[in-house]
Amino acid sequence: MEEIRNYTMNFGPQHPAAHGVLRLVLEMDGETVVRADPHIGLLHRGTEKLAESKPYNQSIGYMDRLDYVSMMCNEHAYVRAIENLLGVEVPERAQWIRTMFDEITRILNHLMWIGSNALDLGAMAVFLYAFREREELMDCYEAVSGARMHATYYRPGGVYRDLPAQMPKYKESRWHKGNDLKRFNQWREGSMLDYLESFCADFPGKVDEYEELLTGNRIWKQRTVDIGVVPPDLARAWGMTGPMLRGSGIAWDLRKKQPYAKYAEVDFDIPVGVNGDCYDRYLVRVEEMRQSNRIIQQCVAWLKANPGPVIVQNYKVAPPKREEMKEDMEALIHHFKLFTEGYCVPAGETYAAVEAPKGEFGCYLISDGANKPFRCKLRAPGFAHLSSMDTVVRGHMLADVVAMIGTYDVVFGEIDR
Amino acid sequence: MSEPASLARRLEVQLGPKVVSSIERKGETTIEVLPENWLSVAKTLRDDPAWQFEQCIDVCGVDYLSYGQTEWDTTDVSSEGFSRGVEGKGAGRFSWAERPRDTNIPRRFAVVVHLLSIAHNQRLRMRAFCEDDDVPTVPSLVEVWPAVNWFEREAFDLFGIVFEGHPDLRRILTDYGFVGHAFRKDFPLIGNVEVRYDPEKKRVVYEPVSIEPRVLVPRTIRDDSRYEQAMAEREAGAK
Repeated sequence: MEEIRNYTMNFGPQHPAAHGVLRLVLEMDGETVVRADPHIGLLHRGTEKLAESKPYNQSIGYMDRLDYVSMMCNEHAYVRAIENLLGVEVPERAQWIRTMFDEITRILNHLMWIGSNALDLGAMAVFLYAFREREELMDCYEAVSGARMHATYYRPGGVYRDLPAQMPKYKESRWHKGNDLKRFNQWREGSMLDYLESFCADFPGKVDEYEELLTGNRIWKQRTVDIGVVPPDLARAWGMTGPMLRGSGIAWDLRKKQPYAKYAEVDFDIPVGVNGDCYDRYLVRVEEMRQSNRIIQQCVAWLKANPGPVIVQNYKVAPPKREEMKEDMEALIHHFKLFTEGYCVPAGETYAAVEAPKGEFGCYLISDGANKPFRCKLRAPGFAHLSSMDTVVRGHMLADVVAMIGTYDVVFGEIDR
Repeated sequence: MSEPASLARRLEVQLGPKVVSSIERKGETTIEVLPENWLSVAKTLRDDPAWQFEQCIDVCGVDYLSYGQTEWDTTDVSSEGFSRGVEGKGAGRFSWAERPRDTNIPRRFAVVVHLLSIAHNQRLRMRAFCEDDDVPTVPSLVEVWPAVNWFEREAFDLFGIVFEGHPDLRRILTDYGFVGHAFRKDFPLIGNVEVRYDPEKKRVVYEPVSIEPRVLVPRTIRDDSRYEQAMAEREAGAK
């Protein structure tokens, strides 16, 4: 008789369903998981230490690279922390722009999530469709900042510049011509806000398409219903936030409970799950996309009606306009000081959190009065979520581990920092 | 938030001498607790229906070495102007005992915990300074909030803070076999070792770093009267 015993298995870091560089050491009893030990840190870059060695503004770009599918939300937490310490009031238009881009980011993130999670569980088509809409939204990122992902668009005191009056168009080429070109450019005749208006009118229909593919799909339900059940008590104890917490039936959303930017003035609902399984979290995220669409529509309406400044006129924090610098010595000095030394932030400490697509993304800043942060701690939602892996996954089958990684929505940029 | 103005005072009343100090600034409350009371205060804050901090959002290690230090000395003026060169004192160039300017920080290492009460919609920051600067130690909070497990491993990995009673205090973010604690202020930004493939030995080798650390923008503290004015006004308003 051969001896039968548990064996240890390496899942990742090269596994396509490991969402980047997760190394999961699984102790298996047959096909059942007895213990899961995630090894993380393969993408550790020391972002916090780098931020401590640079003037405040130079680290905004690092925030994009933390959770690299919800870029602007990370920036938002960081600039809010700086603004708290500086005591800077952000102009109203900038706050609406931030609200709008936070929601664009949420849709971007959830599209990436729905696509990759479905791909992990065997549904190929959703991934391709999700990228169609992601493309349209990333064009908005590009239109305001010039970069499709790592925008560095939010600045302490506002946003880098106002929304473009003309949405860039496709030019005729070997690949884009004739009726195709017309179709590509049909939304792009007006400003970026017109473009977003067309997108928002169209998007709910696209969400219906994803739901058509998944919500009633028998295979999808077999893979997600009653898998990875997180009871509310467990969700609280493990520091879960965002859709992980809401999927377990706790109606907690920082946008409602501790509103920032303009969330207090827009109308939206918080979807909440019932059973706390993977399927409920899927439904929560899909509904969040619809709600984000609603918020974007309200922001577009406000922004169309109310022009104004998008960054504070305080030259100790934000640079003066380029035209001013040509004429005004004072403005030139301010510009020079800002881009060499930066600004000094009064001593103190603050914690600023935003409802990022994955959960609560927070930035804890300690300043000793210098032009660089003394300590910058970034609280990533995925880090807390992944730490509960062992507890949640124990007793599940190996294939359910993949479903669980997908539903955690892990991105290693933020977990490893 | 429900009465944020009185949160610090209510905590002081209930926890009594266990709270060393409490500060409230811009709606954020911070209390300082001694390491020996760390666990009992945490339990009270979680279980008492008056607080119900059922979530521990974040655990953060802090190294206060070089707090309030600047790298750029503006008293040193030559005929060409101020020198932008960074030399002399700076993080990593002096030990904690011989730090140049005395600030109000009693100890080198601290652990900062951010708590969130979903029931009361309230946040609280709790800090403990570690007793021993050489082997900084704090009791672990894993039995109170399981979520702190990885956060404490992170603080141990990056700062070398030992959490007593932690079931599994391994390194988490740095490489297998990493030496040192990377986020300490006396750990150089460029690290201590570099890695390359050695074609002769036919394997990856670790060597001491070959590049010099350098500072691009010196760390500067400017005593800005506007901030002092704003701070004084705020404190006067609080009273």
